[in-house]
Amino acid sequence: MIPRELKYTKEHEWVRIEGNEAVVGITDHAQSELGDITFVELPQKDAEVKQSDSVATVESVKAASDVYAPLSGKVLEVNEVLRESPETINSSPYGDGWICRVSVSDLGEQKSLLDAAAYQEYLNEQG
Amino acid sequence: MVPFSGWYMPVQYTGIIEEHIHTRTAAGLFDICHMGEFILRGETAAGDLEKLMTRRIGDMPVGKCSYGFILNEAGGVIDDLIVFCLSRHEFLLVVNAGTTDKDRAWIEKNISAGTELRDVSAKTAKLDVQGPLSGDVVASLVGKGAVSGIKRYHFAWCKIGGMDTIVSRTGYTGELGFELFFQAERAPDIWDMLLKTGGVKPVGLGARDTLRLEMGYALYGNDIDEAHTPFEANLGRFVGMEKSFLGKDALLQQEDEGFKLLLAGFICEGRRSARKGFEVHVGEKKVGEVTSGAFSPCLKRGIGLCYIDKNLTGDGGEVLLTDGKTEIKATIKDIPVYKR
Repeated sequence: MIPRELKYTKEHEWVRIEGNEAVVGITDHAQSELGDITFVELPQKDAEVKQSDSVATVESVKAASDVYAPLSGKVLEVNEVLRESPETINSSPYGDGWICRVSVSDLGEQKSLLDAAAYQEYLNEQG
Repeated sequence: MVPFSGWYMPVQYTGIIEEHIHTRTAAGLFDICHMGEFILRGETAAGDLEKLMTRRIGDMPVGKCSYGFILNEAGGVIDDLIVFCLSRHEFLLVVNAGTTDKDRAWIEKNISAGTELRDVSAKTAKLDVQGPLSGDVVASLVGKGAVSGIKRYHFAWCKIGGMDTIVSRTGYTGELGFELFFQAERAPDIWDMLLKTGGVKPVGLGARDTLRLEMGYALYGNDIDEAHTPFEANLGRFVGMEKSFLGKDALLQQEDEGFKLLLAGFICEGRRSARKGFEVHVGEKKVGEVTSGAFSPCLKRGIGLCYIDKNLTGDGGEVLLTDGKTEIKATIKDIPVYKR
């Protein structure tokens, strides 16, 4: 099920907006496509990211994939659990597998994101 | 499912890491029908094979399996394969899927008129059962007595129901394991029978690769190819320099002149894996290239194989692996990097 309260990107990131802050991760579709995740390169705290910049890298057994920032902002916190247990993203992509929390510089950027229904439709079109 | 040398095969069934660990602790079932099989038969077959293969054929006992190479005139590897001695006049060759056509053409060119070459790839199913419990799994189909008699790198004719099956104690995982060869039409039902024996799970290409990489086994197309000799691949022990074979002159020359790069294993500093094509650096200098790389489920670190300056292959040597964007510290390690 695609959580209704989150927003999504076409690169299969999700974002949970909490006031001026946002929590970012990758979707269930993304973790399923990647397979067993073996390594996550987390961003540095205080790093400034622009919307659509690569903010993290997720590696599975066979390949590496960039995670793109859904919104511009400054990294406040990263999910340290993923350093030793990157497979948490596979088992809990929307919960314990969150990647980082940012302070959002421009909440207006939200409008370029997909809501749950639009993301589901986008997935359906992928075939 | 991915295309693989003209076949359509699963990368995984339930998950690469799970399938990998299951093979090392219980038993994994691999669909290897894509590999090629040839029969070489006739009075002159042994002599022809002696000429084609880097291993001794003349004194191969019936029931033995021999791993070796077919080389081109420059000593480069056309394919790595296993020869089964079915009788003094009949041999089974098991070759890679991607090289089946190339191998057949080369063999046809180099056999005598009296030797018959039959490509039975399309008619032959191959299923591998690998892991500590693999003996029990195979025994439930062919009988305990039949399995217990098969020594390492040997095979036996067994029967599944009434069907003739070659069962060899060979494999690509480093575990106790068996490879089953039988008529292709029976593949789906034998597959189902094996899965029903309990304890065995299906394993895809992803785990097949991580399992062989933990053992440091070469993969044709990545770690060995026509541009490298068995010496450069550190596989000279599968070459009988005391006998004659196609490509020997080039190897003699290489023994004389030496060579620059040698295949070596490495372990990365952390979980991040280097991939095929990454450069190997020591200081400012490029000293080699990664030919295979993946995450090791048992070591929980990136591992792989690389061609590197021969003088830098000592166990413990520190290197930097890079694709221009990502830099990964790694250590050169004697293979296998995984030890039970």
